[in-house]
Amino acid sequence: MTLTAVKSKENNQAGQTENVLVYNTKDLNLWYGDHHALKNINLEINEREVTAIIGPSGCGKSTYIKTLNRMIDLVPGVKTNGSIEYRERDIFNKDFLVEELRTRVGMVFQKPNPFPKSIYENIAFGLKIHGIKNKQIINETVEKSLRGAALWEEVKDRIHEPAYGLSGGQQQRLCIARCLALEPDVILMDEPTSALDPVSTLKIEELIQELKQRYSIIIVTHNMQQAARISDRTAFFLNGEVVEYDVTDTIFNSPADSRTDDYISGRFG
Amino acid sequence: MENVERIKSEEMINRIDSRLTKNKVVKGLFFTATLFTSIILIVLLYRIIVQGAPYLSWDFLQNFASRRPEQAGIKAAVVGTIWMMAVVVPTAAIFGVGSAIYLEEYAGKNALTRWIQMNISNLAGVPSVVFGLLGLTIFVRLFGFGNSILAAGFTMSLLVLPVIIVASQEAIRAVPNELKEASYGLGATKWQTISRVVIPYAVPGIATGSILAFSRAIGETAPLIVVGIPTFVAFLPSGVFDSFTALPMQIYNWTSRPQEEFHNLAAAGIIVLLVVLIMMNSVAVWIRNRYQSR
Repeated sequence: MTLTAVKSKENNQAGQTENVLVYNTKDLNLWYGDHHALKNINLEINEREVTAIIGPSGCGKSTYIKTLNRMIDLVPGVKTNGSIEYRERDIFNKDFLVEELRTRVGMVFQKPNPFPKSIYENIAFGLKIHGIKNKQIINETVEKSLRGAALWEEVKDRIHEPAYGLSGGQQQRLCIARCLALEPDVILMDEPTSALDPVSTLKIEELIQELKQRYSIIIVTHNMQQAARISDRTAFFLNGEVVEYDVTDTIFNSPADSRTDDYISGRFG
Repeated sequence: MENVERIKSEEMINRIDSRLTKNKVVKGLFFTATLFTSIILIVLLYRIIVQGAPYLSWDFLQNFASRRPEQAGIKAAVVGTIWMMAVVVPTAAIFGVGSAIYLEEYAGKNALTRWIQMNISNLAGVPSVVFGLLGLTIFVRLFGFGNSILAAGFTMSLLVLPVIIVASQEAIRAVPNELKEASYGLGATKWQTISRVVIPYAVPGIATGSILAFSRAIGETAPLIVVGIPTFVAFLPSGVFDSFTALPMQIYNWTSRPQEEFHNLAAAGIIVLLVVLIMMNSVAVWIRNRYQSR
């Protein structure tokens, strides 16, 4: 109870100081071939908040988050209309290079996916592809990113050892560190703890709370308790539509839509 | 009720014997199949070694072909094969891996791609003589390379290309999508993803597939015969436009001579060829193990 109380206080504060939007989705529709996967999505996502996206399997929540950094482009046969503005720039505009978008918007995936390289090289990868060759800068960034992902103390003596030697939870924090190295603005997380044990999950959740001070975080989760614990706002997706989007407290304690109520109280999904 | 159950489990237990018999019979069948293959291989190797080993000597490796069996050697053939492979390896690797990357990473998944894919797979099964005829028409005659190292090397490259493409494609396809996503997610371009994530991951598969294909090129005779590679060569080539002979040609030539001694020389040549092939296959195995343990 105290946790939710604190959270709603934070939200009130956020409400008082004018909210800055990182993402503004307007009338977004998306089709996989003939399948209409996202229907008229309208969502405003605030800066330096944790926005959770919940909903049953196949509701389009993963599709939506993958659209935000245009990872969806990798899927053949996808068509979209409507717009998503990132910091008031349309991400579908040809002038907005997808490489730039993905540099500003990092992504953490469902399954930890470190490269088959050393811990160090995993983090250096992002810097190297962006043309940073200075050893000292790379070294400093590796340490800073690992600290940022609360992994430094655990791995500082073995950063040149293969990343595959880490536990699943550590690998996922490495993937977060890999994002942080590029100093992103937003971090997208697609069910980042679904492959992890409860202890590792807790660590990631604590980390998200810290990261929120500096980054805007959008997290897809099928774990409703997780959404309730860590997010400031929650969007409930169902059959490709946003049923309800509000402050997390409201979604979980007094949802406006009966379908939201049914889902969060476990009557389906 | 309890009675019925007990009878049932008794029946099942009684059946164990016959199931185990079947188990043994199947194992025996598979063992026989393996044994049969092994015996044939051993007999073949034994005959070749008995025939050829006495003829193996430093002179045999150092001498050119000769009318007199005691003076005949495989120097021209060994050097010729090395020259030919110096053409085949880079040509086939560049075109093969390049095509594989294009087909897997760039080409749209449409009817045309599927058609090309099907043709490549079919080419892998085309008899080597046909490739020889193609090489004769294009490289020997049209391009005017004559019966040179270049003409033979390009012909052999064509022969092994489909195998390399298919093997490389499989290796590239086996790269986990999650790794590519990780790379794209950090803002990498397609080429950066291919060169830094896809290729390093696929290298063991590409290398083993290619080496096995190259060892086929070393052993092939038919395309060389069709291209018109001479068998009796008493000089070393000094460039890719020179004529040459290769190991399988030399062996083929010796086996078609009436004298017994030349047959033994052929056996000695086969031993040399086998040693080369075993060495190449060992490299392939070594590469695979080295990268798998990573």
